[in-house]
Amino acid sequence: MYIALVLIMLVFQIWSGGKFFKPSNISNLFNQAAYVAVLAIGMTLILILKHIDLSVGYVAGFTGAICAILMQTYGLPVWATILIVLVLGVLIGLYQGTVIMRVGVPAFVTTLAGMFIFRGLLSLVLEKNGTIAVSQDAFLKLCQGFIPDIPNNTGIHLVTMLIGIVAVVFVIYSMLKSRRNKQKYQFKVVSTPVFVVELVLISSIILGICMVLASDQGIPWSAVIVGVILAVYTYMLNKTKLGRYIYGIGGNDQAAELSGVNVKLVTQFAFCSMSFLAAVSGILYTSRIGSASPQAGNAFEMDAIASSYIGGTAVSGGVGKVTNAIIGTFVIMALTNGMLMKGVNISYQYIVKGVIFIIAVAFDVRTRRK
Amino acid sequence: MDNEYILEMRNITKEFPGVKALDNVNFKVKRGEIHCLVGENGAGKSTLMKVLSGVWKYGTYTGDIVYEGEVQQFRTIADSEAKGIAIIYQELALFPELPIYENIYFGHEIMKGHQIDWNETIVRSKEMLDKVRLRVDPSMPVKRLNTGNQQLVEIAKALSKNCKLIIFDEPTSSLNEDDSQNLLKLMRELKESGITCIMISHKLREVTAIADTITVLRDGATICSLDAKKDDISEANIIRNMVGRSMDTVYPKRAKRELGDVMFEIKNLTVENPNTGREILHNVNLKVRRGEIVGLQGLMGAGRTECALSVFGNPYGYKIKSGEVVIDGVSHFFKSPADAIKNGLAYVSEDRKGNGLVLIQDVRFNTTLANLQALVKGVAINDNEEIIVANRYKDELNVKTPSIAQKVNNLSGGNQQKVQIAKWLFVSPKVLILDEPTRGIDVGAKYEIYSLMNKMVEEDGMSIIMISSELPEVLGMSDRLYVMSEGYITGELTAEEATEEKVMRMAINLG
Repeated sequence: MYIALVLIMLVFQIWSGGKFFKPSNISNLFNQAAYVAVLAIGMTLILILKHIDLSVGYVAGFTGAICAILMQTYGLPVWATILIVLVLGVLIGLYQGTVIMRVGVPAFVTTLAGMFIFRGLLSLVLEKNGTIAVSQDAFLKLCQGFIPDIPNNTGIHLVTMLIGIVAVVFVIYSMLKSRRNKQKYQFKVVSTPVFVVELVLISSIILGICMVLASDQGIPWSAVIVGVILAVYTYMLNKTKLGRYIYGIGGNDQAAELSGVNVKLVTQFAFCSMSFLAAVSGILYTSRIGSASPQAGNAFEMDAIASSYIGGTAVSGGVGKVTNAIIGTFVIMALTNGMLMKGVNISYQYIVKGVIFIIAVAFDVRTRRK
Repeated sequence: MDNEYILEMRNITKEFPGVKALDNVNFKVKRGEIHCLVGENGAGKSTLMKVLSGVWKYGTYTGDIVYEGEVQQFRTIADSEAKGIAIIYQELALFPELPIYENIYFGHEIMKGHQIDWNETIVRSKEMLDKVRLRVDPSMPVKRLNTGNQQLVEIAKALSKNCKLIIFDEPTSSLNEDDSQNLLKLMRELKESGITCIMISHKLREVTAIADTITVLRDGATICSLDAKKDDISEANIIRNMVGRSMDTVYPKRAKRELGDVMFEIKNLTVENPNTGREILHNVNLKVRRGEIVGLQGLMGAGRTECALSVFGNPYGYKIKSGEVVIDGVSHFFKSPADAIKNGLAYVSEDRKGNGLVLIQDVRFNTTLANLQALVKGVAINDNEEIIVANRYKDELNVKTPSIAQKVNNLSGGNQQKVQIAKWLFVSPKVLILDEPTRGIDVGAKYEIYSLMNKMVEEDGMSIIMISSELPEVLGMSDRLYVMSEGYITGELTAEEATEEKVMRMAINLG
């Protein structure tokens, strides 16, 4: 998947005559991908649990619109707005999770109903004003702005470079540690050359992107937000009981139940987390567009589900990684971004996305069978 | 006479990545005999039958299949069926919602022009059902039949295809004693009518009762073929050939145990199935002392598993009308398995693949799943400690796996069962309910599990309830046993009092 992403980027780099890897385009790509990426993280949990959430697009649209209304119409400060909207997201998840797990309506149906409901609510709250423009600078910065730098006159964004180097050191350290740990207990590891290539590839991608960004305005805030959420979710899935239970339920819900796992509660949590992230997505999208519109949220869920599957979440549940889901998002978004840049007709864009999607999942299904 | 053998499999070798599942196996079946194929789990019985039926297609193995005097090259199951070979699997392959007649003729429908001739289908289904002595309305949906009768439908389906050779894969493993006897009788009748049967089975009593020839496989190789008329086909001899060592006793010896106080008690448990409105347990009372193994015997459907699940937090939502559970003197009413586990009760499922293990996860994941709390430092699971724990249980229980990072799916039945038991040992419960702990696992692994049970009660002072359909096992292992029939406890016997006959009489409620 990493290789596919690099290939796609390289193709567009050459095709666009070097415009793809321009700093402005890379940060643009981050800002474009952020709202889908957070959805893909939440969707991965849902898909591991063998459920689905179709409502996330309009939940994002609706919560994004609420943001604009709270700030513009009621004049609430940015921090309060964000807090309220996030709580709203959790409540929406609580409602859907309860209907699914306690009442017993399948997730597909419940969230399809949610899709109608929140689409309706979105247009209802925007009925009077139509599109609402957001004027708060701090809010707009979330998905348009960049992290601050220490004043210097090198023309290079130093903090960005520093973060890049720290990230590379951390990646190398944690990959080495995990490999050594596996060797210590005689688990299977990839051969040394493959491992080194992997290490060099990942490090150079991170470093490369940071260098490109540092030559201009630095890392966008959206990347930081996605990064933090990604780190929290990766930790949760790999290191905590909750994460184990999610994989356990996805693998065999009855076995998990009989092992003392509260299947209903864990699943409800996943739906809460999903809608919470949908609210985050709504905030990011509103910030990026700079306004709330009745079209916001349209088909976000499709991109999120596709990202997660392209990132190797098993169609049969029980297996999946949030990091790979993010890579899946970037595959989709790099395609969209690249094709937009070249002015490819929207019809072809959809077709290409669909073809890449089906190839990726077919490949995954075949390799998993072995 | 070249006609004596209906089937000869010559020098069959089948390799999987890293394993030689079959190594030069020779297997000859005489026309019109009942041929039993025995061996430990992983010995290669199922693989051999898959080669025969075309699941592993021609070219993926080496060697020859000579059937009816011709070398065959089966590429699909349809190929072997066309030649008159049918397999009846342990897990039945029927459509529960469809009527019996549709099931019987599914895949080889009787046509009139371009349409299915349903009338003819029903008439002929009736004939097939008569042949297997199943007297039911062929338009009844299959789901309304019990497992034993569903199996008869499978056989009727095989007969409807004019099969000459029927392979039974562990046919009695999920049948009760009555249905098993019935099936064996039917196999004899099939033999009379000239149909050759191959039966894979772990139940040696049945094997010795029915077989004309017994072939023993071990580690992917043919060990011997015993003729029931000429050779020694005692269980002891078969076991010796299966495990490659002589086994003096099937059940490990136990020290004379001192039993403690009453540890676990079910009082007046009455339970109703909310879907059918039928009472499935009536006023059940039972007690287990510290350090005691108590057997819970009964025929399929007597309510043993329902009883266990009702006290183990009732995960399937039965309607509990009355009753309480007392553990170590404290009365409880468990609302969930988590609740039961917290209070010292554990349940090893009878269906390890269905609801016992997370098959796509590794040994380590499954070992610690029920007691992750013990490994948590702060919010994170301590990886190193988890690996140590999983390795310790792997060694203690002698789980045969390359490492604890192996997916449980890739282990044999006996080793999967050990992982399941390891999961509950790590919880260190006061009371352990083992539901059919040795179903579908081989003799060697059974012995290990019995030893383990003895160790748990002797060294850890645990109390064990063993639910089992195998009479000898219950008699061999229990200090005391209860017999259930149709939701009632119909008897209680000490190990000294219990005989197979007494237990069977109670199980079919003859008093």
